[in-house]
Amino acid sequence: MSVSTVEIANAATTSPFDNRTLTASGRAMIVAASLVVGVALSAVLGGVAIVRVVAIAAVLHTAALYLASLRIEGRRRAIDRLMTSVVTGSFVLVLIPLVSVIWTSIDRGAARFDGAFFTETMRGVAGAGGGAKHAIIGTLIITGLAAVLSVPVGILVAVYLVEYGQRNRLSSMITTMVDVMTGIPSIVAGLFAYSLFVIFQGPGARSGIAGAVALSVLMTPVIVRATEEMLRLVSNDLREASFALGVPKWKTIVKVVLPTAVGGILTGITLAIARVIGETAPLLIASGLAQDTNLNPLSGRMTTLPVMSYYGYVAPGFPPEAGYDRGWAAALTLIIIVLVLFTAARVIAKVLQPKGFR
Amino acid sequence: MTNENIAEHTVEPMSAADANTEHRITVRGLNIFYGKFRAVADVDMDIEPQSVTALIGPSGCGKSTFLRSLNRMHEVIDNATVEGTVQINGVDLYGPKIDPVQVRRKIGMVFQRPNPFPTMSIAENVLAGKRLNQRRIKKDEADQVIEQALRDSNLWEEVKDRLDAPGGGLSGGQQQRLCIARAIAVEPEVLLMDEPCSALDPISTLAIEQLMLQLRRKYTIVIVTHNMQQAARVSERTAFFNIEGTGKPGRLIEMDTTEVMFANPTQQATQDYVTGRFG
Repeated sequence: MSVSTVEIANAATTSPFDNRTLTASGRAMIVAASLVVGVALSAVLGGVAIVRVVAIAAVLHTAALYLASLRIEGRRRAIDRLMTSVVTGSFVLVLIPLVSVIWTSIDRGAARFDGAFFTETMRGVAGAGGGAKHAIIGTLIITGLAAVLSVPVGILVAVYLVEYGQRNRLSSMITTMVDVMTGIPSIVAGLFAYSLFVIFQGPGARSGIAGAVALSVLMTPVIVRATEEMLRLVSNDLREASFALGVPKWKTIVKVVLPTAVGGILTGITLAIARVIGETAPLLIASGLAQDTNLNPLSGRMTTLPVMSYYGYVAPGFPPEAGYDRGWAAALTLIIIVLVLFTAARVIAKVLQPKGFR
Repeated sequence: MTNENIAEHTVEPMSAADANTEHRITVRGLNIFYGKFRAVADVDMDIEPQSVTALIGPSGCGKSTFLRSLNRMHEVIDNATVEGTVQINGVDLYGPKIDPVQVRRKIGMVFQRPNPFPTMSIAENVLAGKRLNQRRIKKDEADQVIEQALRDSNLWEEVKDRLDAPGGGLSGGQQQRLCIARAIAVEPEVLLMDEPCSALDPISTLAIEQLMLQLRRKYTIVIVTHNMQQAARVSERTAFFNIEGTGKPGRLIEMDTTEVMFANPTQQATQDYVTGRFG
């Protein structure tokens, strides 16, 4: 039995730049061998399951390819192949939970992802039926208000940090505070907003605006950070060009610096919104749960999609399947809203981005 | 230091009547600092109106810093300060009541690297100075300013069909001429150029040098350059800056007509520098 019936390596030619390389058939042999051993090993370890086979085969393939390449192609190529395997493997590993979450949401959310879900509320619904209209509206109102509260503050703080407070005391203090704010647990933000509004509206007060305040506490530092990074990326040449034309500093910032950075700032805002749109804990405390649409954020409880999803499992009603299905449909809706937001931000950023520069 | 008794240079672009509206720049006792570090020391200089003055010298000798102090761009940098006087028409630019923003409107600047505004079209770039400073300009007036500035900067023929295209899409040389158009669109009296050709190829460099020779009829031009041939080609007067060593301030060694500076300078350092035996 001679191995030479299948060429696994190209012979080196006389050229000094040429090298022996693994052939396609050689690589196929490694893949096949890894799979075979993978099936065999997983059978020994407790039954042939796809996940187990793939996992074992992937590890074996990485090792086998490295060793084969080391024998035939030399050290540098072998390390290149090893690193390629590791990087690809990590990418797939990270992708698994993402795909899994999206797939589960679609799979289980599809049952109630119907017309009634978007047109009906939970008013008077105990078992099957009902919808998330009130929660969708609540999500949009609360998140929108939070954005209105935190976007201007966040951008102005970032402008101060980058354009005015060059390494002075106040700006380093602000930077520290922003870092601290980034680390605030969301439940604490919810408690803060709740107790703030209890001062004005009495104990037990829950409202959309209280939820929005809680979310804006979480959003503001993210926006400050993102905007700061983007403003620092704007070349100083542009500021100097503007100053040299006799343009005052504030106008330079408004007309030159901010427009140049607008794409990145928008992306940062979207990320901040995506960060808070799925918040549940602070809204449970600050905004509560309502069964019907509430358009007034200043008074009365207001439901959002994550809170609805949560209650779909905590208090599913009878039969419980109806509550579970509504919960999953709410989660799916939330994912779709975030995706739409991201797409919109990408499109807007693309339209506004500086043109002609590569 | 500055030779006060230099003969009038051979090129005489203005008439005697023009001389009254001229904008001679007089620098006296200028010291320029970055924080506590003195980058340039004790410069006295007279810059002739409607002519090209070249500043030459080795890297780090403070010529760019000096140039930036002429339109108060130096102080844009943190902790950067200036002592001494820079007078234009007898008005001290560093006087207590002077607004640096106004100074920069009168004294324009072109930088080493072309820096058109990336968010603006070619036309908007030219108009940037006017648009950002004034309230509004009428459409036909704007068109006129754009065409005039682009013609003055030798760019009109190349871009007249795509004025709405982004300024960043032009070639490096075109971008630099666009920046010159942007600087002269606000009708400054003086144009400062900080190594305007160092990032450009020889063809674009030639275009910009020809442009300078045209522009000096209207503007007072001060140019910093590392290219001695360029200084010889475009300037009427040349100033040589030098530095004794690291950490020492740069000083003005000598200033004279360009012919004298290159053929027969009084200082040995100048002689060494212009003949390439130094730095």
